[in-house]
Amino acid sequence: MERKTPLYDLHVELGGRIVPFAGYLLPVQYPKGVIHEHMAVREGVGLFDVSHMGEVLFEGAGALKALNHLMANDMTGMVDGQVRYSPMLNEEGGIVDDLVVCRFDDAHYMAVVNAANREKDVNWMRAHLLGDAVMTDVSDAWAQLALQGPKSKELLLGFLPEEALPKKYYHFVPEVEVANVKCMLSRTGYTGEWGYELYCRPEDAETLFRALLKAGAEPCGLGARDTLRLEAAMPLYGHEMTDDISPLEAGLGWAVKPEHEFVGRAAMLERGTPRARVGLKVTGRGIVREGQDVYIGAEKIGATTSGTHLPYLGGAYAMALVDSKHTQVGTTVEVDVRGRRVGAEIVPLPFYKRAK
Amino acid sequence: MAHVPAELLYTKSHEWVQFTGETTARVGITDFAQNSLGDIVFVNLPAEGDGVTAGEAACDVESVKAVADIVSPVTGTVTAANNDLESAPEKLNESPYEAWIFEVSDISDREELLDAAAYEAFCATEEA
Repeated sequence: MERKTPLYDLHVELGGRIVPFAGYLLPVQYPKGVIHEHMAVREGVGLFDVSHMGEVLFEGAGALKALNHLMANDMTGMVDGQVRYSPMLNEEGGIVDDLVVCRFDDAHYMAVVNAANREKDVNWMRAHLLGDAVMTDVSDAWAQLALQGPKSKELLLGFLPEEALPKKYYHFVPEVEVANVKCMLSRTGYTGEWGYELYCRPEDAETLFRALLKAGAEPCGLGARDTLRLEAAMPLYGHEMTDDISPLEAGLGWAVKPEHEFVGRAAMLERGTPRARVGLKVTGRGIVREGQDVYIGAEKIGATTSGTHLPYLGGAYAMALVDSKHTQVGTTVEVDVRGRRVGAEIVPLPFYKRAK
Repeated sequence: MAHVPAELLYTKSHEWVQFTGETTARVGITDFAQNSLGDIVFVNLPAEGDGVTAGEAACDVESVKAVADIVSPVTGTVTAANNDLESAPEKLNESPYEAWIFEVSDISDREELLDAAAYEAFCATEEA
């Protein structure tokens, strides 16, 4: 039985097409469709319900030590109000999940995890919890909205003075008031655009969502969330990352700090990078999707992990995990699309990068 | 409610068929189908001369979200494909009953087809 987010009734009212996702009933799109929503985020401002995401508190004097034991990134040296991304590894050097850690103060951190992995993550974290840190799953106490797009700042300035906003990317303000709703405001997101994530109490989510819509945000569903993250080449758990893919293979070396000790470190270093994540631009006719084999001639070099038509770039693209001998940009490959060979070319990642 | 023109016949897999002669027909997808698929971004058309079989996939269309087989309502030979859809697949969303996909001649068999009223009733059960 899937759960509803606090915004379920509003999604239905807005004409959202509801699908089960990660144990929740969420809108895959609203009536205007995925392409319209995607473009709204690239050119204006879009609003997503991401209340399905999980939140886990790490508290006490040992919080940092406990997090650093679990995280491939190093949380040392963060300032209050900072956010840091990290993969979390299993003993074999594969990825349990990827998450962000928000630091409130030196004894108070919050990890934000993927909905589909919440239970797995909490069990894993508990089993590997060091020392005297206190860990609490507070997912049900938070609703989360993502306000994304080049006009997201301007929209928020209708509610807040400039100085109330987070000063930098990957920073947050623990408490602001937007439309009389108390929320935590973070400059983070999963779209490749300038944007914010707002965490509020579940009972306030509808008021906040309606206020942001009224101020001009376009409601966006899971479909656009996926095309936006893919266009920005952001990896998604279950696709570019799995229990069997190391963060170095997934192209997340920037978020791995092997100088510190953490679960999975030795195994990760030992397995190295026999495979690597690459970007593919489809040059032949068709749409490449996930789980399709990639060839150079008769040699299978890997498989796609995500793929579809990308609305802003206006073409078919995919990401793939391939033999690391074949990652040269410009390499011509073929993808087996349901028995038909479709031509593609390895191109640099990300496919799309917002203009500064 | 999806639009269902009275003069066409329909399949339960949401194709429409228009008989243009005794053994000739045009095939497309219904308003219900295009709405379920969402933004269509690619049509993999059959080639002229391809044989198609009633109840079997003749070609496919891809939306941003998914791929869907187009099931041929009739058995026969493809005599034309709507090449306009190669550069403008979105026409299947915009005007599904004008944007025919392929034309079949020498029809020797057909699926059980629904008239507009029966198809409309069928869609209502699919929506529920």
